[in-house]
Amino acid sequence: MKPPPFDYHAPASLEEAVALRAADPDAALLAGGQSLVPMLNLRLARPSALIDLRRVGGLSYVRVGDGGVAVGAMTRQRELERSGDAFAACPLLREVLQLVGHPPIRNRGTVGGSIAHADPAAELPAALCALGGAVTVLGPQGARKIAAERLFLYPFTTSLERDEVLTEVFFPAPHAGSGYAALEFARRHGDFALAGVCAIVSNGSVRLCFTGVGGRPMVVDSEDPDAWQAAVDPSADAAGSADYRRRLVDVLGRRVLDLARSRSLR
Amino acid sequence: MTIVRVEVNGVQVEREVEARLLLSDFLRHELGLTGTHVGCEHGVCGACTVLVDGAAARSCLTLAVQCDEASVTTIEGLAQNGELHPVQAAFRESHALQCGFCTPGFVMAVTALLEERRGEILSDGEVREALAGNLCRCTGYQNIVRAVQLAAERLG
Repeated sequence: MKPPPFDYHAPASLEEAVALRAADPDAALLAGGQSLVPMLNLRLARPSALIDLRRVGGLSYVRVGDGGVAVGAMTRQRELERSGDAFAACPLLREVLQLVGHPPIRNRGTVGGSIAHADPAAELPAALCALGGAVTVLGPQGARKIAAERLFLYPFTTSLERDEVLTEVFFPAPHAGSGYAALEFARRHGDFALAGVCAIVSNGSVRLCFTGVGGRPMVVDSEDPDAWQAAVDPSADAAGSADYRRRLVDVLGRRVLDLARSRSLR
Repeated sequence: MTIVRVEVNGVQVEREVEARLLLSDFLRHELGLTGTHVGCEHGVCGACTVLVDGAAARSCLTLAVQCDEASVTTIEGLAQNGELHPVQAAFRESHALQCGFCTPGFVMAVTALLEERRGEILSDGEVREALAGNLCRCTGYQNIVRAVQLAAERLG
């Protein structure tokens, strides 16, 4: 229950972090550590080195404008949750963040870390996909943007190259008057959900994104429960069977649509 | 080995540590502050909760090196001049502990909660939700909720 040995770097600039990452394909980036450190403790991860981003400046901010909320990768989840400007522009974010772990976890956990970790049961990746957001990454060749729908590939796997570092997450604000909602079902509040869902509804368009019921966030642009079932691919574990999770998809999908519609201006 | 400079309970300390050393082990083994308890060591039980720069954090999910240039408060840092902190006093008076293993984590989490929600009246439900990340296996939650409300009242 202790981390295995690793080399440790705490670079002072993004360029240094990118160079370190490019030089060692087995190194892992450390943001808040709320997923990586338990994986180290349980020895599920054995990186050769950790590249700690805490000393890299300019990666912690919440900027509202340009049609959405731009969040620096190292911004603590709690800071985004508390941001009144982010709430005004995109209230879904606060609703989703309050489902993430517990306050002590969100005090340390970062927005970029959760996105880059790409846990298939995590909430923030589902919110990013529901909103149709994007991330900015920096590599040796410079910066590029990756749309949410091309970011999450498989469990714990994104389309970032091994020498790229995620620097910003952009959550577009839904159109004024849109309805939104996030719901999940967990055995205890704060646990990873057996299934969760985010919804955005506006002017006849509907988008749902399910989490915990497939290898990545599962987006479906339909209000038809049969379409949801076709989109998800749940598996079984000790917490629940695949059939049980399919039932949760149905129930949570209906509830989240009702809630999102009740909040929309028609 | 990496040098860590950190303020713990108001005292500046400097140690050379392995990068893989957890903050919980740094506090207990390097500094002898054994009030911080280690339960599950993967972020589930909350027994190891401390304050990092004033915010509640799991010391078992934090590397000591991540706290370089930060300030850490542990259960040993709450009492002032031999007087229990109001949260500690409320736990004692409300019988909010039995075996006491989870208590330091609860007290630190509650201290951060009441700092954040100062002046507010917290319902049973709000207290339970705020403390859902701290487990007590003696099933003492009834009295823990009462202790939080008593401390909230006194802190005003």
